[in-house]
Amino acid sequence: MTEARITGSIRRRLFLQLVAIAALLSVSLFFVIRGLAETAAEATQDGILAASATSIADALRSDAGAITLDLPYSALSMLGAINQDRVFYRVVVDGATLTGYDDLPSPDDAPTISESSFLTFDYRGDEVRMVSVTRAVSTEGAPANVMISVAQTRTGLAVITRRITGIATAAGVGFFLVATALSLLAARSALRPIGQMTASVTRRGPGDLRPLEIDTPTELSPFVDALNNFISRLGASLQRSEDLIVEAAHRVRTPLATVRAKAEVTHRKLNKPEHKQAMREMIRAIDESSRSAGQLLDHAMVTFRSDNLAAEDVDLVEIVRETASRLEPTAGLKDVIIRTEVPNLTPPFKGDWLLIQSALQNMLDNAIKYSPDDSLIDVSLSLNGEIRLSCKDQGRGFGTTDVDTLKSRFARGTNVDDIVGSGLGLTIAEDVARAHGGLLEIKPNDKGEGACVSLVFPL
Amino acid sequence: MRFLLIEDNQNLASAVVERLQLDGHAVDHAGTLQAAYDCIAAADYDLILLDIMLPDGDGRTFLQRHRMAEKRTPVIVTTARSAVSDRVGLLDLGADDYITKPFDFSELEARCRAVLRRRGGIAANQITFADVVLDATAGELRIGDQRETLRNRELRLLEVFFSSPGQVFSKSHLMDRLFSFADDVGENAIEVYVGRIRKRLEPSKAGIETVRGLGYRLVDLQ
Repeated sequence: MTEARITGSIRRRLFLQLVAIAALLSVSLFFVIRGLAETAAEATQDGILAASATSIADALRSDAGAITLDLPYSALSMLGAINQDRVFYRVVVDGATLTGYDDLPSPDDAPTISESSFLTFDYRGDEVRMVSVTRAVSTEGAPANVMISVAQTRTGLAVITRRITGIATAAGVGFFLVATALSLLAARSALRPIGQMTASVTRRGPGDLRPLEIDTPTELSPFVDALNNFISRLGASLQRSEDLIVEAAHRVRTPLATVRAKAEVTHRKLNKPEHKQAMREMIRAIDESSRSAGQLLDHAMVTFRSDNLAAEDVDLVEIVRETASRLEPTAGLKDVIIRTEVPNLTPPFKGDWLLIQSALQNMLDNAIKYSPDDSLIDVSLSLNGEIRLSCKDQGRGFGTTDVDTLKSRFARGTNVDDIVGSGLGLTIAEDVARAHGGLLEIKPNDKGEGACVSLVFPL
Repeated sequence: MRFLLIEDNQNLASAVVERLQLDGHAVDHAGTLQAAYDCIAAADYDLILLDIMLPDGDGRTFLQRHRMAEKRTPVIVTTARSAVSDRVGLLDLGADDYITKPFDFSELEARCRAVLRRRGGIAANQITFADVVLDATAGELRIGDQRETLRNRELRLLEVFFSSPGQVFSKSHLMDRLFSFADDVGENAIEVYVGRIRKRLEPSKAGIETVRGLGYRLVDLQ
């Protein structure tokens, strides 16, 4: 049988693809969580910075034409709420610093009134976030443009970011692990129908050519349909070849039977010995061809059934009795007596009844053919650590023939030219023995002349 | 014996009929199942030879019907198919035996005899000559109260002589009746068997006489 060419496993491929997707999703999840959280943290800081700047702005006073600021404590303390970050501020009135850090840079584009501008930059060795708001404060002259900038280092934010990164990593890894486990389950459950189908196909008996009737997922239904179609075509094809064999046998054997019957009639009517001899030779040729045809058919049948060996209980004792009694009339023609020796209890044996019978029939048929007139054939079934089904005759034995060659197709002994045979009988017996895990043993009869052919099976 | 041959092939049928008649049997031939049913209704047969493939149906149908009607006539199926694969169904359907075509008539006869013996035989198959009764079905020779079981060839040889007492049978004819075509034996082999049946007949008033140059015949020695 040809083994399937295996090109990877669907389950593994499915699993790996699902895992790859899970990994991609996990990484995305990580970035999304971290991004959102950072944005939220930054927005919080920005909000507080803006509130701080606004509260400073609210504290601006115009006093006798000059702008004064009484820096509210809360404006800076609310920033401290986040962390021990350093806070810088600067209030600029019309380009001149009113109070705060002189070197705190102003945004390039000063925000318009009621808007806030945010900037991130390095300042005095730390990264800072700065908010600037602009207010118009009315003085006695023209209203003054006051820009308030409040900046804060981002250490607290970095701590939060790190914590969030940790959480995002944990979430990503957790998601990945859960998704991997689920992928494994999904791959397994998705392929379960294939497994069930495989089981129901492989569990079938050898001769079972019924269509598959199993619950089929939509995706597999074309496959099951194709398989069923194939099974039915195989069945039809087997039927056709069986019919052909039967028909061929019928076509060949019926005319042969006619010729043989006519030849026998003619033989009986002829008087001259040479004519009779010619007719006899003709009849023997007919017998030879019909025997070959029959044994070829039997051999084909044995080969076919051996490939699909049945395992039913076989009653070997019954087979011995039946085969012996079936061949008794044939043996009787030569006054050959078939004796059977069987145990009281049939040994347990599983196999193909028809094949065993066919093997024994061929063995016995041979024994009768090669037996001299008025002789004995012993068929015995014995159990001594093995099952031994033997057929012993008192015939001519094997002469100088190498007995093992007799097992091969069309091989015949060196001392049997005068007897009609096809050289297939022992081949059939050998094939049957092998199909049942046994062997065919051919040896000279231990009691003087003759042959002893045995089917030997392990017990 | 009276045979019914059910066989659709005309050539084969006529050859078989002729061949069986040569051995002194009466044979009716039916070419179809219908003809076979008609024959069975009209006459009693000792044995039916049935072909499986017939133009108006399967021989198995005949077998089933025959068995359902509880007819006792034994049926031997003649099949052209593989012997092994066909046998199960045939015997299960009630065939008494089967024989594959082409068949050896002496084997057919041996099978008929075996079947009839298994079935308990028919009383009519006894031939009496002088004080000897030959029961072919039982394979027995009875001389007075004495019963002897005959071997196959002895029986067949005695049957030949008992069928036509007084007739001279040539060695060659007896050879034809006794040996199959597979046997390569000289004409002297027949003398062995004639010797044997002479011994069997010794206690009786019947004997086998040698007719020099012609053969043997069965004679009443009284």
